[in-house]
Amino acid sequence: MKSIMEDRNIIIVENLVAGYGDNIILTGVSFEIRRGEIFIILGGSGCGKSTLLKYMIGLYRTTQGRVMIDGADIMSVDDKKLKSIRLGFGVLFQSGALIGSMTLGENVALPLSRRRDIPDGLQDLIVRMKLGMVDLAGYENHYPAELSGGMKKRAGLARAMVLDPTILFFDEPTAGLDPVTSTEIYGLIRRINADLGTTMIIVTHDLDLIMSIGDRAIMLDKAAQGIIADGTPRMLKENRDNPRVFSFFNREEQGDRHYGA
Amino acid sequence: MAEYALTSKGEGNVKATLAGRLVIGNVARFMEEMERFFHERRPTSMTCDLAGLVFLDSAGALALLKVQDAAKSHSFTLTYENMSREAGEIMDLIDRDALVKPPLHEEMTNRSFAVRTGDATVHFYHDLINVLTFLGELLAAITYSLIHPGAVRWRDVLFYMKKAGAEALPIVGLISLLIGLIMAFMSSLQLKQFGANVFVASLVGISIVKELGPIMTAIIFSGRSGSAFAAEIATMMVNEEVDALTTMGFDPLRFLVIPKVLAAIIVVPVLTLYSMFFGILGGLLVGVIGLDLTFYTYLQQTMKPIEVFDLASSLVKSVVFAVLIAGIGCQRGFQVRGGAEAVGEATTSAVVAAIFLVIVADSAFAIVLQYIR
Repeated sequence: MKSIMEDRNIIIVENLVAGYGDNIILTGVSFEIRRGEIFIILGGSGCGKSTLLKYMIGLYRTTQGRVMIDGADIMSVDDKKLKSIRLGFGVLFQSGALIGSMTLGENVALPLSRRRDIPDGLQDLIVRMKLGMVDLAGYENHYPAELSGGMKKRAGLARAMVLDPTILFFDEPTAGLDPVTSTEIYGLIRRINADLGTTMIIVTHDLDLIMSIGDRAIMLDKAAQGIIADGTPRMLKENRDNPRVFSFFNREEQGDRHYGA
Repeated sequence: MAEYALTSKGEGNVKATLAGRLVIGNVARFMEEMERFFHERRPTSMTCDLAGLVFLDSAGALALLKVQDAAKSHSFTLTYENMSREAGEIMDLIDRDALVKPPLHEEMTNRSFAVRTGDATVHFYHDLINVLTFLGELLAAITYSLIHPGAVRWRDVLFYMKKAGAEALPIVGLISLLIGLIMAFMSSLQLKQFGANVFVASLVGISIVKELGPIMTAIIFSGRSGSAFAAEIATMMVNEEVDALTTMGFDPLRFLVIPKVLAAIIVVPVLTLYSMFFGILGGLLVGVIGLDLTFYTYLQQTMKPIEVFDLASSLVKSVVFAVLIAGIGCQRGFQVRGGAEAVGEATTSAVVAAIFLVIVADSAFAIVLQYIR
């Protein structure tokens, strides 16, 4: 147990510079994520929160800054090591990112097919179990095109957690969903976090999601090119020092935009 | 009736009234009229009573602002009186700064010839490097798959063989038949004059087996399947499916590209043979029906100049074409960034680049084969 006590932080981001090509969106970003918490990365549109996520899962890589996952810097490890680190986490992409030419069952089984030690029969059972966990039991032969947006996200979640990962990343899990479906997704996230102890990193601008399930949050800002607030959602909501944070949490229009002559 | 009524009285200090409707359909006329009025009457100051204005849309409000600006440029002030609350609110919606604010991006068409040439050169250079890098990675992955056949997704290979191979049979057959027919017919018109009808068979045979068979098949294949591969992978890029595969620990190249390329390597030579058969059949039809050659003579004359080397080199060529077309299709797909409109661009670019590379490779083959034999 000692080792777990020692790294209370499962992810450490240090001085990360993020962007596309020459276009730098974030500079000097540093924060830690604790084991087992629901951590939220929030901010307005275009502030670079999805980009930051892509760095954290190793899709984009840079030499400027470090992203430590369980002690290994995924910005500098070789491809083989990166692959093995990736087996320890799951990602739910914005649209679910299910492979369109495969059924739900085949999609959910994809991460399992990476392993040789799981016979087909067991694989089927695990797929059914995971689909059941996201209330999609019986849908294993459906194709993604036959499902609604919310169902696709739930199926994506089933696929992301099929190997019981220690970390789950979510890119806007409730974007484009109606309030009822969104609430179902919140419940699902909270349940998985409580029952399996999975660390959850959620990129979102959905205030209800942040307030109802977030343990801790950072807020990114486009103008500041970095983090402008850090703390529990309640602390952020009550923060009156930074007008941008305050206006975001209180759904107010910011002072620097105005209409009229 | 969407009209406005403008009346004015006084010299120097003009009092005007504007009534009726000022809407998008008549603002141009209104602004023109006001401008002419300013020019002819040269007022020193002007007030305009808007009490009778019954309807104003945002274009109308914009016209009122522009007319005020125009008055300022004639160095007098124009004030509006009795503006209704609703009209005032519409006026308030207009952000005067937004009308004159320079665009954040320069207009792309304004760039000079030198800049555009430079950009295009740099773009071409990067593209070339990308294609070469991709083909290198692809060859490494193909070699790996041949050594480890267990790692290949054979079910997908079969699927693409059906899609790109079996389903292409009718069109490849039809086009090749017509090409053979046309060639035999056109050449016979010339050769008939010398009584050399019988050489039509050799001419058609050689050109179909050595050049047209592989090339026509490659062009049809890039149009049918190279584009489909590009569109499929591009759509997966847009939907983040490729990112999802990567994060699940799959190599997109091995997962998505290898099955397509292997399927292409298997079906393109078969399609090429099939195309040769139909091309020669086309020639045969013209020869037997139009030129009074016997079936047997025609075939004999066809086979005479063709050697096994020609056939073998054509099949090798078709394998190279297969790798190029399937490879470039996938590469263009992976290049897609952004939204759905990029998918169409990738598809077009895949077909154009594939045909270009096929022709370049064919030229190289023509020279190399000449020296080998």
